Amino acid sequence: MDFLRAASLDDALATKAQRPDIAPIAGGTDLMVGINFDHIRPSGLLDLTSVPELTEWSESGDVVRVGAGVPYARIISELGERLPGLAMAARTVASPQIRNRGTVGGNLATASPSGDAHPALLACDAEVELASTRGTRRMPVTEFFTGVKRNAAEPDELITAVHLPRATGPQQFAKVGTRNAMVISVCAFSVALHPDRAAVGTGFGSAAPTPRRAVEAEQFLSGELTSRGMWADPRPLPDTVVERFGELVAAACAPIDDVRGTASYRRHALGVLARRTVRWTWDEYSIGRQTCA
Amino acid sequence: MNAHGNAPSRTPQDLSESITGGVGESPSRPDGNLKVRGDYAYSSDLWAEDMLWGATLRSPHPYARITGIDIARALAYPGVYAVLTHEDVPGDNRYGLKITDQPVLAEDVVRFRGEAVALVAADHPETARRALELIAVDYEVLEPVTDPKRAAHDETLPKLHPDSGRENNLVRYQPIVRGRQDVTAEVVVSGTYTLGMQDQAFLGPESGLAIPAEDGGVELFLATQDLHSDRKQTARALGLPPDKVRMTMSGVGGAFGGREDLSIQVHVCMLAMHTGKPVKMVYNREESFYGHVHRHPAEMHFEHGATRDGDLVYVKARMYFDGGAYASKTPVVVGNATTLGTGPYEVPNVDIAGWGVYTNNPPCGAMRGLGAVQPAFAYEAQMDKLARALDMDPVELRQRNAVAQGSVLHTGQQLDYPAPVGELLERARKLPMPPERDPAAEPDIRDLPGGAANTTHGEDIARGVGYAAIIKNVSYAEGADDYSTARVSLQAVGGEAVAMVHTAAAEVGQGLVTVQQQIARTELGVERVNIHPNDTSVGEAGSSSASRQTYVTGGAVKAACEAVRETLFDRAAAALGHTPPDLAVVDGKLVSESHGVLADVVDVLGDGVIECTREYHHRPTYPLDPETGQSELVHVQHAFSVHRAVVDVDTQLGLVKVVALDCVQDVGKAVNPDAIVGQIQGGATQGMGLAVMEEIQVSDGLIRNPSFTDYLIPTILDTPPMKVDIIERGDPHAPYGVRGVGEPPTISAGPAVLAAIRAATGIDLTHAPAGPEHITGTAH
Ligand SMILES: Cc1cc2nc3c(=O)[nH]c(=O)nc-3n(C[C@H](O)[C@H](O)[C@H](O)COP(=O)(O)OP(=O)(O)OC[C@H]3O[C@@H](n4cnc5c(N)ncnc54)[C@H](O)[C@@H]3O)c2cc1C
Repeated sequence: MDFLRAASLDDALATKAQRPDIAPIAGGTDLMVGINFDHIRPSGLLDLTSVPELTEWSESGDVVRVGAGVPYARIISELGERLPGLAMAARTVASPQIRNRGTVGGNLATASPSGDAHPALLACDAEVELASTRGTRRMPVTEFFTGVKRNAAEPDELITAVHLPRATGPQQFAKVGTRNAMVISVCAFSVALHPDRAAVGTGFGSAAPTPRRAVEAEQFLSGELTSRGMWADPRPLPDTVVERFGELVAAACAPIDDVRGTASYRRHALGVLARRTVRWTWDEYSIGRQTCA
Repeated sequence: MNAHGNAPSRTPQDLSESITGGVGESPSRPDGNLKVRGDYAYSSDLWAEDMLWGATLRSPHPYARITGIDIARALAYPGVYAVLTHEDVPGDNRYGLKITDQPVLAEDVVRFRGEAVALVAADHPETARRALELIAVDYEVLEPVTDPKRAAHDETLPKLHPDSGRENNLVRYQPIVRGRQDVTAEVVVSGTYTLGMQDQAFLGPESGLAIPAEDGGVELFLATQDLHSDRKQTARALGLPPDKVRMTMSGVGGAFGGREDLSIQVHVCMLAMHTGKPVKMVYNREESFYGHVHRHPAEMHFEHGATRDGDLVYVKARMYFDGGAYASKTPVVVGNATTLGTGPYEVPNVDIAGWGVYTNNPPCGAMRGLGAVQPAFAYEAQMDKLARALDMDPVELRQRNAVAQGSVLHTGQQLDYPAPVGELLERARKLPMPPERDPAAEPDIRDLPGGAANTTHGEDIARGVGYAAIIKNVSYAEGADDYSTARVSLQAVGGEAVAMVHTAAAEVGQGLVTVQQQIARTELGVERVNIHPNDTSVGEAGSSSASRQTYVTGGAVKAACEAVRETLFDRAAAALGHTPPDLAVVDGKLVSESHGVLADVVDVLGDGVIECTREYHHRPTYPLDPETGQSELVHVQHAFSVHRAVVDVDTQLGLVKVVALDCVQDVGKAVNPDAIVGQIQGGATQGMGLAVMEEIQVSDGLIRNPSFTDYLIPTILDTPPMKVDIIERGDPHAPYGVRGVGEPPTISAGPAVLAAIRAATGIDLTHAPAGPEHITGTAH
């Protein structure tokens, strides 16, 4: 197995074009586990950790571009204000050691239904930036997940970044696991209020073959908020609205029984998470208190 | 440090570091700093020049007939030195701790998923792994036996061990009856309780390095709990006399019972002897789940009868223990569970029975608290249920029925040593409570159920408090001759008297090295005490299990030191020309009350060495009557602990945060108080893990979560601060009055946590671990 270190993005893309079967490696926190257990046997590793286009974040206008190789620890410490949902999700990933290495790019490429970044990306209408020697393209993250651990990237493409609008309202992320830290999610939920466009975003994980949005729940809530004039004049969310939002989120999922939990628990728990997180975001919005994640 | 010429380069640690402190003090561990710094060499770090790597092919089926094995392609693979099957086992292809029923390599049948079928030695671990895939095994897949209750009673099921001589798939059946059997009671509570399969989850996987010796024997460096038991079984399978199989302890990365049975031992020696080269084997985590025994899962039916005043009238219990494919410690689990199954309570009328069975599930054997952990979940749940039925305080009910010195247990054994269960309960109740949660204060989410995952900011949290009191036997029981051996020498080195303690007793993290040094310091009055690496060149120590080593090996070290001291006194008397009556050694000097300082120990020693080897046997125990379970003295000693758990439960999500887990335990004599606190904290954490998250999920004989991704053990965010209250009521029969420490807290912590969750939620939880789906009623 070769180990190649790309010095630049062009260099990395050229290698990936020539050897589509080579495995890019960022933090290695998914890949090395797979290799250790002999689940995958790539012909070589392409180290992306020295490619500046991947390891930095930047901001232009209202949009934040997060390089695919920015580790969770930096997302937490540097992007908590701009991207609170993603930063909160990052904070629930694994342990400090893993957060120092693991990246959103790696999370996306693995495309596990339990990847913690995904619900937060979905709730914020993120776009995934993909590049190859043929060029660069961007696609909505909703189109990126194509099946269990499958994604829309072509064999010669690298994930180079995610693009998210800078937060205009409160965002939350919560995940259920069967221990209090360092756990893969049994189910996870993210909600974002986008008052700039009177919209609500959601995303959930580990409760369907891919991470998904709860579109009906989003439309229901934004509809209620708009029709009640609550974006401009925030008042406490009626319990019935919260209940219905939770029901719609639970209804959107298609969970299975597995070693981490039962389908019926997942559906129940997602409803609970949806009700709680929507209250937290709304309370924050209505009190007008902008807390950092 | 190593006696063997061809020793691997990185094996024994420098345990000669000697830290001040005798019996009753708390010198810190000689291996502590090394472990914290990451410098400690574990058995997986072993290395020898030119060594090969061994790997094991395992059965993918829980039950199948092997119709053919073709090793040709694997053998032809470049880098492969050997491919071995059962035909290559040089001696008897059978081993086992209690019953010799497990093949070293499968012959015509495999009885569990993970059973070893073939071995490979290659020049690289990856090559060995590739070669395993090239071994073609033809299996005729059979319907596995997976229901332990049916395995006990159903004659239509296949017999997995037709030669066992026992009916159906029984390994052991043990009833215990005492008092009246037709008795009734005013208040009766009953319940069925189940317990999942727990893993020892030691962090250092099975590993070892075998080096062929010139005399036709083999040297094995390994991590184990019992060198001599390993040697006996390994030599038999290798067809060698025991003295040709020499074993040396390497760094042990945890054990908890999971290293009592053989894993790599025979395999790695076979490969080394076959290839004539050093061979190393290390399991990865997944293989480790298949490569060692687990805690027996159990199904337990209990009925308690009491008077309206709360006096226990009777206990009836039926318990089933799934031993999996091979017997391992199943007989002991049945013995412990039935003899301890009433808990630390006086019960006049008892009818208990336990069945341990063979199935095609993963083999189960020893794990911390074996056979005592399972019924404790049941009898303590029953005591709480009874307290509710009586509308009585659960602690008061327990105190009312608690055993004490002089009590007669249902086996007929009278407790002829302190048994201060009532006092433990009283002290537990009086321990300060953690502060109440302040609903107005902004919470740190890490203090709430769900912790860092941000699932609640204080919503739907209920607090509950639960107690559990338990009983555990210490040391081997039921008539086993339980003993240990110590060789102690004393000589002058550089003007200082230096003692050396040599035993085969495994330091598995419990602190035995320190204890041995402390005993030698106290008995010999010297400061420097070195610990010789554990190996088989000294007599047996038995296993580091059953909370027994401080008792038994401690007793042997004490006896050997006393013998050394006597010799020293004789020499001093000869030199002095008289024998002062009250001779003692203090700070390297021979002193007597009447004569003051008489001599320096170094002067008495001169150039000579005093060396004595002694065995310590605890007083004899006796078997259980097979029909009535009566025995004059089935256990040499009992230990008792009480836990009080305080938990916060997110009642909507079913997530749990254990807020406090406080323990009161009688340790007889605290030889090293800090080490005891460590044992209690660690043991309680392991017990709590079983109560809330640890379960090997098995379906159709297959392990569904053989990884630390999905077999969860508590992190520090799951583990509360623990108050530990140690009391010392010495056992007059034990050296220094010690009482086994390591297992009781593992047993009492789990039931206390479950009791607290029940108290918080009002839900009648009957399965351990209790997961979020049990607490929220969404398990199906
Ligand atoms: C102990 C432990 C705990 C964990 N806990 C969590 C958790 O709580 N939540 C969670 O979501 N995950 C968890 N994970 C999984 C893992 O840490 C995350 O998925 C992480 O985001 C992976 O990022 P990485 O940079 O380490 O990826 P790598 O391992 O480097 O790569 C993962 C995959 O992505 C590919 N890849 C990497 N970068 C690119 C790129 N730029 N373009 C195309 N392909 C790429 C690799 O080839 C590989 O297939 C855990 C892992 C471990 C070991």
